[in-house]
Amino acid sequence: MSTYSSMAELLALSEKNGTPVWETVRLADCAEQGITPESSWETMKNLLSVMRQADRGYDRRHRSMSGLSGGDAGLMEDYIASGKSILGPLVSRVMAAALRMGECNACMKRIVAAPTAGACGVLPAVLLTVAEAQHIPDDRVVEALYVAAGVGAVIAQRASISGAECGCQAEIGSAASMAAAALVHLLGGTGEQMSNAAALALKSLLGLVCDPVGGLVEVPCVKRNVTGALTALSSADMSLAGIQSRIPADEVFDAMREIGEKMDRTLRETGEGGLAATPTGRRRTNPRE
Amino acid sequence: MSIFDILGPVMVGPSSSHTAGAVRMGQIVRRLVGGEPVRAKILLAGSFASTGAGHGTPRALVAGLMGFDPDDERIPRSFEIAKERGLAFEFGTVTLRDAHPNSALITAVNDRGEQVEVGASSPGGGRIRVFEVDGLPASFSGEVPTLIVRSDDMPGYVSRVTGVLAAQGINMSKLQVERSARGGRALMVIECDQRIPYRVKTAITAIEGIHKVTRLNPGEESK
Repeated sequence: MSTYSSMAELLALSEKNGTPVWETVRLADCAEQGITPESSWETMKNLLSVMRQADRGYDRRHRSMSGLSGGDAGLMEDYIASGKSILGPLVSRVMAAALRMGECNACMKRIVAAPTAGACGVLPAVLLTVAEAQHIPDDRVVEALYVAAGVGAVIAQRASISGAECGCQAEIGSAASMAAAALVHLLGGTGEQMSNAAALALKSLLGLVCDPVGGLVEVPCVKRNVTGALTALSSADMSLAGIQSRIPADEVFDAMREIGEKMDRTLRETGEGGLAATPTGRRRTNPRE
Repeated sequence: MSIFDILGPVMVGPSSSHTAGAVRMGQIVRRLVGGEPVRAKILLAGSFASTGAGHGTPRALVAGLMGFDPDDERIPRSFEIAKERGLAFEFGTVTLRDAHPNSALITAVNDRGEQVEVGASSPGGGRIRVFEVDGLPASFSGEVPTLIVRSDDMPGYVSRVTGVLAAQGINMSKLQVERSARGGRALMVIECDQRIPYRVKTAITAIEGIHKVTRLNPGEESK
């Protein structure tokens, strides 16, 4: 991926080669890894299929090993069925999908790390739900996954996608940023709008710390997937409405790195600070086998 | 880094370091002991000891010992499957100085009574690093073709082993040699640019004083 290390370079490359952003991401990776565009496409299509299987395989009766997770997506589904949801059917379905995937991960089901296991619910929640609601064909969803991967690759190069390095902003924040750009592609937006959506999403989640209760990928991780998905939706909508991020995406990514470097180690996945250090958080001890 | 390191891996949750990485560790121990493991003693260190159970780390390690991949949906049931297959295992904790927080020390015995002790860490993203084999220091990940040779320490054995690779046109990218004492046990870890074929293993195994030869070719971990 040495061919681009910023959103600006990715968009310039797309312009220069006359290829859409998603295709630019695919071809750059194929050249770097020595694989064919067809085999790359098959791999990406398989990721979409694993995401869908995980979503459909959700069982509200399942609980995690610690007993901290499970069943919440089922409660959300009941609530949607009651017709009382504040956010309406589409957005509340995105919330339920984010919870389903987060709970699947906590309950040791098969998922796609996107970009991490803890943040695996954001991208599929928005893409699968919006694509289904708007009857968007699978090929376009696969293209959107390339856009997400391109944004994630830039973030990984300029900052981090690891909670241990830069806190939750690097996991849920990156996932929301990737998902926002992917949504813009799904809905036919331009490369500039993708980059802008990525900036808007991450800006909203800068500073988010990684403070998992008991050190487990459960509390608050599962529900932060909902936060990430909602941020991705609103950021994509703002970008498609023509609203600009005053700070460009690359500078937002750089800011995330700076904030991550200043973050205390107790707030970077150690399970020693924040929610993990609350009286209730401390009472949740690790199960034994 | 590939875009499929950003989207991916496909894995059984909940944690790339504590679950997917733990499966990989078990797989490497399986390869190093050779054959079918029948007994294993697994000592968890650091964060593996303190948060492992909630991450399914013990089940992931046992799954790896049976050759399951990190995306195998049988991982949560690995204890029960191990019982059916006749793999006995016990867990404990250990304090390892200078090791990464996500580490384990695993002793495995195979169906021929052969034993290996492996120390390994899982720093993140499902990747692992072996730092010790049978008490001798090592450093390898298995992400490139790797040959592990356990033998007696004797004059000329390094050149005889590397001679086999040279004759097969395999280029070495890294060579590590350690021994317990002069004339004691020796460990050689060779990372290569090309896939290591089976005939290399056969040729090296035939050399006098060589006890065990293990090939790790990426993508063939569970075979």
